[in-house]
Amino acid sequence: MSTTENPTSHESEQNPESFEDPGVPYHRPRRADVDPKAEKKAERQVAALFGVSIVGTIVAVGAYMVLDMTDEIESIRFTNMVIGLGIFLAMIGIGLGAIHWAKTLMRDHEMVEERHELRSSDEAREGAIQNLKDGAEDSGISGVKRRPLLVGTGVLALLAAPLAVLWPQIGNMGADWNTSNFGHTMWRKGTRLARDPDGTPIKASDVTIGSAFHVIPEGLNELEHHKIEEKAKAVVLLLRLDPRDLKIQEGREDWSFDGIVAYSKICTHVGCPVALYEQQTHHLLCPCHQSTFDVADGAKVVFGPAKRPLPQLPIAVDEEGYIVAQSDFHEPIGPSYWTRLKDTSDGLHADETEEGGH
Amino acid sequence: MNALARHRYHRAAPVVLVLLLLALVTGIAAAVSTASSADAATTTADDAAEGEKLFAANCASCHGLDATGTDGVAPSLVGVGAAAVDFQVGTGRMPMQASGPQAPAKRTQFSQEEISQLAAFVASLGAGPAIPTAEQVDPELGDAANGMELFRTNCAMCHGSVGGGGALTQGKFAPSLWETTPTHIYEAMLTGPQSMPVFNDANITPEGKRNIIAYIEAQDAGSPGGLRLGAIGPVAEGMWGWLVALGLIIASTVWIGARSS
Repeated sequence: MSTTENPTSHESEQNPESFEDPGVPYHRPRRADVDPKAEKKAERQVAALFGVSIVGTIVAVGAYMVLDMTDEIESIRFTNMVIGLGIFLAMIGIGLGAIHWAKTLMRDHEMVEERHELRSSDEAREGAIQNLKDGAEDSGISGVKRRPLLVGTGVLALLAAPLAVLWPQIGNMGADWNTSNFGHTMWRKGTRLARDPDGTPIKASDVTIGSAFHVIPEGLNELEHHKIEEKAKAVVLLLRLDPRDLKIQEGREDWSFDGIVAYSKICTHVGCPVALYEQQTHHLLCPCHQSTFDVADGAKVVFGPAKRPLPQLPIAVDEEGYIVAQSDFHEPIGPSYWTRLKDTSDGLHADETEEGGH
Repeated sequence: MNALARHRYHRAAPVVLVLLLLALVTGIAAAVSTASSADAATTTADDAAEGEKLFAANCASCHGLDATGTDGVAPSLVGVGAAAVDFQVGTGRMPMQASGPQAPAKRTQFSQEEISQLAAFVASLGAGPAIPTAEQVDPELGDAANGMELFRTNCAMCHGSVGGGGALTQGKFAPSLWETTPTHIYEAMLTGPQSMPVFNDANITPEGKRNIIAYIEAQDAGSPGGLRLGAIGPVAEGMWGWLVALGLIIASTVWIGARSS
């Protein structure tokens, strides 16, 4: 009998029909409630915390008035630190004091507040519906036939209003709608390679083996408009490798000069400037996502998320010995975008197909 | 006596005395400074001979007795110049104690005299960049604002925006420049040690190099904003934010929620 009874009683214990309201937990008085000494102590603690805040305020205001901040970095740092410390103490003192006060000294009675029913009363619901109906009746939109002009112009005004905000924004994009712009930079046939930032041209003899020059097109500094945009597209890293280390790419036999190569500095992944050049390994590292390019081998990707080699700028040397561009880049620089050719894993095919556009 | 006294009280006497004193002081200063730069610049055959002995004892096992290097182990030192030796040996990077991704800076193994002798020997093998003079690397003479512009363009991608250093690939790193002496900074730009590219005088002019040194020296004053956390970028700052700041927020939340005893 006991064996048949036990499971049922056990089950009913686990899944009872209803729970009994356990009520609020047993009220445990705090030390400050029962011990006057503890109460006094807590009071002093709160007062001390408020005192800290007062001292902090005096420190902050006093430091602002007394400390003489000069152009020296040390003096700026010291003044900032003292004023900051003062403000910190002023704020944290009030905060800690108020919480400590509430926790130890304020009334500690549990209070019960019943949750009211979410649903409104039937009268209130009917009243709301009647209000909506009356409103529709008064304005006359319930019957298009009655006021067709009003309804028509109202709908049109609502539809047209967003254009006032959208149109100028879209208009500002201007030529950026034209994705063929993405494929061109400031480089032209004969543009000299110049040092960033001063813009002086570079002679081939200046670039010794192992050198790295950060390059902008000559004339960039004289641009009046869109200088920063043009710079962002046209920046180039100019390197000289030992010609024995350099693997000349097929179809690019005359793009370099005696070991001097020029590659776009804009990563083909998401467009960060790739400029961490390791001279011994000839690797070029992008600091954003660690894409690594081998400049000795056509700047092919050897590590990281980039999908394409860095575009190479074909260079030559003019009669005065300065390094010049042979043309613009033969492919769009930087990351992919929606109309860029998908299959450009071997850059040369992309070059040929896009050559027609030049 | 009378004549001497008259001369002593001549109107021009104070001016003459001051000029004489100035001439004496500048003369001594000039003599001292030329003497020190002469020490660095001129090398005697004896120095090179001493240097050759040091080289054979300490460097030849990798670089070869004739300093032409060993394939895949150590580069040829013909034409690297005295500046390269002064940098590599003077910062303790050479002799390298263990093979690794890069030779780290460590305690210098040689006296300044021995380093000059080694430099003299290597410089005698082929023309190369010389050790810069004290004036070339004096940060007082540089323009830190121009130096910042050059540093941002040429150096900041590896060494960080204020020279705190940064990571490279496969265990290599660009070291912090705060403890590096101006002479060693100059020599590093000139010779391109290890992973670093060469920044010859046609790329960054000697004045530009001095400006860069002035910019780095200006970092000694620290940051006006408080703790720099090594100035190595968002990783250190993120660690601080996540561990310290978030920890404090969680601790105060727990304290606010806990019942008073």
